[in-house]
Amino acid sequence: MAEQHELNTQISLPLSKAVEISFNSVKIRFGRSLITVSGIVLAIAFLMSIWAGNAILDGLMAASDPKINLILQQKGIEIDPDSAAAIQQRSKDAWLVVLSLLVCLVGIANAMLMSVTERFREIGTMKCMGALDGFIIKLFILESTFMGAAGTVIGVVVGFLLTALLNMSSFGTVIFDHLPMVQILQDGVRAIVIGSVLSLIGGILPAYRAAKMEPVDAMSLEV
Amino acid sequence: MAAEEKTETNAEAEKATVVRTQDVKKVYIMGEEQIHALKGVDLEVTQGEYLSIMGPSGSGKSTLFNMVGGLDKPTEGKVYIDDVDVAQLDAYELAWLRCRKIGYIFQSYNLIPVMTALENVTLPMVFAGLTSDEARDKGVKLLTQVGLGERVMHKPFELSGGQQQRVAVARAFANDPAIILADEPTGNLDLNTGREIIELLRQMNEESGVTVISATHDHKMLSVSDRVVWVRDGRVDRIIDRDELKIEVGTIDGHE
Repeated sequence: MAEQHELNTQISLPLSKAVEISFNSVKIRFGRSLITVSGIVLAIAFLMSIWAGNAILDGLMAASDPKINLILQQKGIEIDPDSAAAIQQRSKDAWLVVLSLLVCLVGIANAMLMSVTERFREIGTMKCMGALDGFIIKLFILESTFMGAAGTVIGVVVGFLLTALLNMSSFGTVIFDHLPMVQILQDGVRAIVIGSVLSLIGGILPAYRAAKMEPVDAMSLEV
Repeated sequence: MAAEEKTETNAEAEKATVVRTQDVKKVYIMGEEQIHALKGVDLEVTQGEYLSIMGPSGSGKSTLFNMVGGLDKPTEGKVYIDDVDVAQLDAYELAWLRCRKIGYIFQSYNLIPVMTALENVTLPMVFAGLTSDEARDKGVKLLTQVGLGERVMHKPFELSGGQQQRVAVARAFANDPAIILADEPTGNLDLNTGREIIELLRQMNEESGVTVISATHDHKMLSVSDRVVWVRDGRVDRIIDRDELKIEVGTIDGHE
């Protein structure tokens, strides 16, 4: 009966404690976390810059301003949406988006996988100390969330700013007059969702695998 | 003298068995090959004893050790800890067992590198559901007990190997376990530091009556052990009691 009571007190790792442990873990490993986060930032910034670049050009074309159209033509961008060249351009853009999504997928999965697999020994040790699989997964969900959220938000901002700067050097400040804000905000949110989900999956899958192992196996596993 | 020994053995026989293995076998499958790490081991460990498992590398010593500690499951046979078949436990019960009943000490210390000595010691207490305040008080007490009262806020990398192992010893005692499992606790330490850790373990064993099971090939361990189990080729080669042990060690030393 007493054991049953103790069992109950053990099952719940308070969220505040979990947040504290995982936040400290990210903070203390600051250098390592920074590398992981920059992996996410790069991937998301790439995706966001492609999207934002397309959105800015769409905005400029939609403006139908003769002066802007002239610059666009000088840059070799087809303004007639039905022309063969424009269709080709659009499929190329679509390719770029797919490509950047792939880079995103591989980059984030890799960053998170590495940061978790190098800690298998730690996971094994925690299991020896009596951590439930759930505790470990909880800790890694929180860590992945902290890093994923920070990385994707920074990535979106960096990606957008760089693209805006690049386009400003080509077209001047006129791009801000025709900036499709709604489209860019949508893209930003989409990028954040993609990045967060990817970092969560990339972080939890290996942690889940390690948590399910017998502690000896987790501790002796070389990755 | 002979009569005294007799009563002592009787008294030990009456003590409860904490760990019992029954024809434990373990087979590892490496590709096409089957490796029989353990070929049927029967072993009983009584409460409060200091037991060393010795044997050369590859003898199955570590495998047996892991079985006894509930860290790994046997392919065949049964392991009972406190008369409970470990194989029958679900994830919660197994975690409970590891948390409350068993304290682990590893060759490579296995402290969490980003946590202070105190946080490392209190982690099992957090898992056991203690509040932060309770855990901190108890952690400081344990660290003082192992001689690190001044270094509670140090990170593992700021401590020497011997000190790290002391933290690990304190952590193993975090939830007042019935059994301490030490896997080559002196393997990474020099002679004197190793001796200190062994003496610390022996002292804790005598003070709290905790059962200590240790896998080792460190002969310094022999002098403090109540019993030594020699493992060879996946089987228990021989079990030697403390009194026979002194003679045995003597002859080994004599030969060397």
